[in-house]
Amino acid sequence: MININVLKPNNANFQTYLYIGSGLIFISIFDVILRSFFNINFSNSLPGILNFFLPLIIGLIGFQMIRLEYSGNRIVDKINQSVNNNTFNAGLTLLIIFLTLLIIPPASNWMIFEATISGDTKEACVATEGACWTYIKVWFRRFMYGMYPNDFHWRINTAFIFLIGFAFVGYFMRGKLKNYITFYYAILYPIIAFLIINFLISGGSFGLEWVETNAWGGLSLTFIVSFFGLIFCFPLGMILALGRRSELPVIRYISIGYIEFWRGVPLITVLFMSSVMFPMFLPSDAFVDKLIRVIAAIILFEAAYVAEVIRGGLQALPRGQYDAAKSLGMGYWKMQIFVILPQALKLVIPGIANTFLALVKDTPLIFVVGLSEVVGMLQMAKTNPKWLGYAMEGYIFASILFWAICYAMSRYSQYLELKYKTER
Amino acid sequence: MNHKIKNIIPQLLTLLFVVSVIGFFTINAQLNMDERGIDFGYGFLNQESSFDVQFSLIEYDGSHSYAKAYLVGLLNTILVSVLGIIFCTIIGVIIGIARLSPNYLIRNTAAWYVEFFRNVPLLLQIFFWYYAALRALPLPENTEPIFGVTYLTVKGYYIPRLIWENFDILIYSILAAIISIMFIRNYARKLQEEKGQQLPVLMISAGLLLIFPAITFVTGMVQLEVALPVLKQLSKTSFIYAEGLSVPPELLALVLALSLYTATFVAECVRAGVQGVSKGQKEAAASVGLTPNQILKLVIMPQALRIIIPPTTNQYLNLTKNSSLAAAIAYPDLVLVFAGTALMQTGRAIEIVSITMLTYLTLSLAISLLMNWYNKKIAIKEK
Repeated sequence: MININVLKPNNANFQTYLYIGSGLIFISIFDVILRSFFNINFSNSLPGILNFFLPLIIGLIGFQMIRLEYSGNRIVDKINQSVNNNTFNAGLTLLIIFLTLLIIPPASNWMIFEATISGDTKEACVATEGACWTYIKVWFRRFMYGMYPNDFHWRINTAFIFLIGFAFVGYFMRGKLKNYITFYYAILYPIIAFLIINFLISGGSFGLEWVETNAWGGLSLTFIVSFFGLIFCFPLGMILALGRRSELPVIRYISIGYIEFWRGVPLITVLFMSSVMFPMFLPSDAFVDKLIRVIAAIILFEAAYVAEVIRGGLQALPRGQYDAAKSLGMGYWKMQIFVILPQALKLVIPGIANTFLALVKDTPLIFVVGLSEVVGMLQMAKTNPKWLGYAMEGYIFASILFWAICYAMSRYSQYLELKYKTER
Repeated sequence: MNHKIKNIIPQLLTLLFVVSVIGFFTINAQLNMDERGIDFGYGFLNQESSFDVQFSLIEYDGSHSYAKAYLVGLLNTILVSVLGIIFCTIIGVIIGIARLSPNYLIRNTAAWYVEFFRNVPLLLQIFFWYYAALRALPLPENTEPIFGVTYLTVKGYYIPRLIWENFDILIYSILAAIISIMFIRNYARKLQEEKGQQLPVLMISAGLLLIFPAITFVTGMVQLEVALPVLKQLSKTSFIYAEGLSVPPELLALVLALSLYTATFVAECVRAGVQGVSKGQKEAAASVGLTPNQILKLVIMPQALRIIIPPTTNQYLNLTKNSSLAAAIAYPDLVLVFAGTALMQTGRAIEIVSITMLTYLTLSLAISLLMNWYNKKIAIKEK
């Protein structure tokens, strides 16, 4: 007990304790740096375990010495509150600081300071210990556009610009379109999008050369698959959700069966089905492109998840809303479209965003049918005999890419949630 | 009358639509199969499979039937799922609690972990562990032991194999321990309701679980031998560890990726559950004089679990379904063995894909039925 009392500061001696304590913390951090980067160990003479944990013990004593409520020093107060409120937390804090010290310098060294990005061949990377970003640079076009011919990459770019452009047309002309805005986004826009993709990227008419879907790939394919997934699975999911809440038994049971079936099977088996089983179900002379089959499978699959999310919103609406709409003499569809759905959808923005995020993250699975988007292209590049041994760089690049896309989407959904939040 | 017709027409139309879609598909399938001379049927399951599977929990080789191959795949899937569920729960609970820590650094590290791992596609993570991280491990002959007896090498993780004698007696003893624990719990509850006394149930249960199997060891009914992995030279340059149990790198990568990925979702469920218990409950419990441990055990946890368990089960289901990504790194799970190799050999797309889907469907429906039952059991019974 005496020992602990010695380590406990009080207001009288706090200045001295502060100096000694922060000194000890500094020493412990310094010791870890010396040990790991300069191979100098001052406490070699101590027995093994004590030697290993010495920085932690010194640091803990240091934190113990500066732990005082209302010390009068604002910075110290803040530290005590946030990272040093008891011995356990102080230990965890020290561990995290040590781990960061051990991990960050070598990692940043590998990723940035010793990395190469110059040159166009593997030879540029042989000399360095660090990451070989040249590999990413050389393969960048492949990662973005897949095996799509280099000369036609402008077609993909223009198509995407058009797609974004048409999406904004509706947004900026809200005032003029007014009553048709839902019609525009629900029906007209998907058709326009399909036509753009069909004529620009696929080609075959207007003097543009035909590029088969097997050559599509990379990030652009991720976008195409998730884009069509998004715009089609939403209306389908809405209908299914309404069907599940319907009072008509046949419609309700069919919807329940559909939703539970698709939610019970993994996407990979659905894609298998679309590639090996689905052709058996079509007339033998009918041919449906592989990409379209895959997108259709993804839409059918994700619609079940969207339906469940929307059902949550429908259930959360108070009964009064239905009764009020009915008492105004609205029919079923009028009630759903003008009263129920607008409120229900507002409630489920986060859930829908999560489903869409899952959809984007699921797109790499299309590798099972032989289509390769970013991850698929990585696998292809990795096995290229000229570029063996750079798998790590590729995976880090793709992770950052996907992370950025998904993180941006989740942030946007949080913003939407705040924007459409209405008080009840 | 009018109202009835109004109700029947949409139902009839939907039914007609569904029936005609299914009918269209069936007729086409029939025509296609006739054309290629295949008959529909599950008889092929008894045929000899004539392919080998690299990693199997039960005895299997090419001379066994397709049905046995299916079982091998199913067991491998279940193995990955169970391991993944165990690890993702451990990591998830730790991260979820860390996200509520008063410590700024801990809280934010946990938040970064969640933000990063759940925003990167699972397939990418599996590839990362399998092709990049685990490939960087040393060869068997250069490996330093971990914990003295296990070896983590590029060819897999070698751990000691446990050789049991009379393993069934051990199982019986554990069962006996569990049954007696149930009796003691009932007795403890009665005691508390009648006299307000509390027994240290947790300590007693742990003690019983240790003592019963220990008795079987001491009396010599059960014996345990440990076979340590030993380095063995196969050829001039190729070494492996024999004797011990080898965990293939595919399984390692899969379990790592699945548990790290799913742990982020479990962590969010845990956090939501603990935050969902209102502050008043804690304060009320403190004001009636419960100790902090009692508050956690008797007031916070029962309420938090009610919020945590349903979404967490959903995540377990997702993990089980996601384990089908094993096919991408050639871990022989249900999808790879059955919907992959067996389908290639027999060409029976409809039968095999439907069996595979039905298997997953049964698994999910079984788990969700179980969960619904459990949910009903623990739901607050309001008066």
